[in-house]
Amino acid sequence: MLYAAKLALRHLLSTPGQTLLLMLGVAVGVSVFVFMSALIGGLATLLTQRTVGSIPHITFEMAERDPQRIVGGPGVQVAVQKDLSRRAQIMVWEPAVALIEATRGVTAVSPQIRGSAFVQRGQTIAPVGVIGVQPDKLSAIADVAGAIVAGTEALTPDSVLIGQTLADDLGLRVGQVIVVRSERDRERSFRIGGIFALGIASADRQALYMNFRTARALFGLPSGISRIEVKVAPPEAAPRIAERLRGATGLKTTPWTDENEQLFEALDAQGRTGTIVKTFALITIVIGIASAMLLSIVRRRGEIGIMRAAGASQRFVLGIFVIEGTLIGAIGAVGGALIAWLALLPFPPLEAVEGGGLPVDRAQGDYVVAVLLTTLAAGLASIVSARRAARIDPVEAIGA
Amino acid sequence: MSEEPLVRVRGLTKVFGQGEAAATVLRGVDLDLDCGEMAALLGPSGSGKSTLLTILGTLLRPTEGEHRMLGEELTSASDAERTRFRNVHIGFVFQFHHLLPDLTAIENVMMPAAASRGRETGAMRQRAADLLDAVGLADRREYRPAALSGGQRQRVAVARALMNEPPLVLADEPTGNLDRESADQVMALLDRINQSTGTCFLISTHDEHIADHCRRHIRVLDGQLVAAELGGAS
Repeated sequence: MLYAAKLALRHLLSTPGQTLLLMLGVAVGVSVFVFMSALIGGLATLLTQRTVGSIPHITFEMAERDPQRIVGGPGVQVAVQKDLSRRAQIMVWEPAVALIEATRGVTAVSPQIRGSAFVQRGQTIAPVGVIGVQPDKLSAIADVAGAIVAGTEALTPDSVLIGQTLADDLGLRVGQVIVVRSERDRERSFRIGGIFALGIASADRQALYMNFRTARALFGLPSGISRIEVKVAPPEAAPRIAERLRGATGLKTTPWTDENEQLFEALDAQGRTGTIVKTFALITIVIGIASAMLLSIVRRRGEIGIMRAAGASQRFVLGIFVIEGTLIGAIGAVGGALIAWLALLPFPPLEAVEGGGLPVDRAQGDYVVAVLLTTLAAGLASIVSARRAARIDPVEAIGA
Repeated sequence: MSEEPLVRVRGLTKVFGQGEAAATVLRGVDLDLDCGEMAALLGPSGSGKSTLLTILGTLLRPTEGEHRMLGEELTSASDAERTRFRNVHIGFVFQFHHLLPDLTAIENVMMPAAASRGRETGAMRQRAADLLDAVGLADRREYRPAALSGGQRQRVAVARALMNEPPLVLADEPTGNLDRESADQVMALLDRINQSTGTCFLISTHDEHIADHCRRHIRVLDGQLVAAELGGAS
């Protein structure tokens, strides 16, 4: 064993209570570091999961046609107007769906008929967004089947599914009949087959699911569809896959990330907050170790003096205290990581987190990073103090 | 041409402080020490004995003058060179033993060698054990300083000073903290080592009784050598 390491170890063992207290201090700091990492990471994952859980990761729509180019001349003003002469629909959608389904990373594809409509119940009228889906793809994007609170998820040609809030607002129950009038001024009666509660306010208040074929008739789309919604794994791959498929299908693609910039800003701010807290935890550790080392050096001033008098080099003395501080940091950090891991054990997995619960993800605890950073920081903090030890004048230190 | 002594100092002056606060502690000291000498450095407190010892031990640089040992000019040597030289060629015994409290007796004795080599070796341990045998502490090797008496601690300190087989051991009031009986034991030990190994001892003391163990008396007064005479043990 290196002699400097042996002396450092002896120093630590000579005052076990103080050493333990120091390591405990480091451990607490590291625990905070790990806990913050697990919490911030878990929160980000949960928010992302909840955000992307019920929304399409990529939406495919008909690309807007560029207006016909008008060659202007000097003094000619050009007005560009959006082409509203034709309905936006994907006419050749089946090959596009096949292509999308065959793409790596795509986990679910749902061709849809979309449109606005009014639901009438007696004299009460409520606006709804109709989602016409193929019955077997009902839960491809949002888990509607899993959110059914009354009735069944079966989408027959004459039944619809509505949200809990809408049902409450209109006083509707399963089995009752409503009239749906589409934006194309076509209306039809439907029986309420099921009521869902997705937990998304807008969906629970305004979404109305109906059979794909029925929606075709209601919105006057005999062959085309409004959009194709897609889920991918992982959700973060959506922009890349969307870009690739935009070229392959010629459709306009919108990844979920484009419409959730606020989420990213919030996650970013949250991440920065976590970094600040973790930085302060590290700074506290550094200050703690540096001051402990300074105290140790003051206490051992005479010993340092005698070692220097006996011909120990400044580098040797420096080494003793750097090793001592690094050992405190490393052992404390490992202990802290272990404590944090144990303390995080009782927290439920993210999937089981309920309202008010902390979304802590044990796997995102950054244990290794915490241990390495703390050990490094402890070593650096020790160098500052140890340099002072190395410069101690032996004559003054031993009063020779 | 005469052979150079073990230690040669010429015109050694040491001034502490500057300007009006300057205090001249040594004034042009000339001194030679030969191998195998057993010399007492006598003088009252504040006479400059300790300052002379620390300069001879390369712990302090003189303000002026020449300091040579084993033919090497030490005044102008770098700090690292002086540290290395001190480690190999000079041993120290202080009034207070200054043993490292976290090390056992044998580990304390090994310290000067282990600190310079960076690790302990079997040869070092054997040498330290032999030295502890020589100072009569063979049965106290694994004791920590706190478990030893004052006299025993000082004997460990003597063994430590001899670890690297230095030709010169500087002892600053080595018995100043001991009772008469322990002091005599330590001085007898130093005398025995001097006789058997030829190690040169320069022992600072203001106690004439202790000085009687030495064959040469060097008297310092007000920063100057006032006499260098043969002592009672000659």
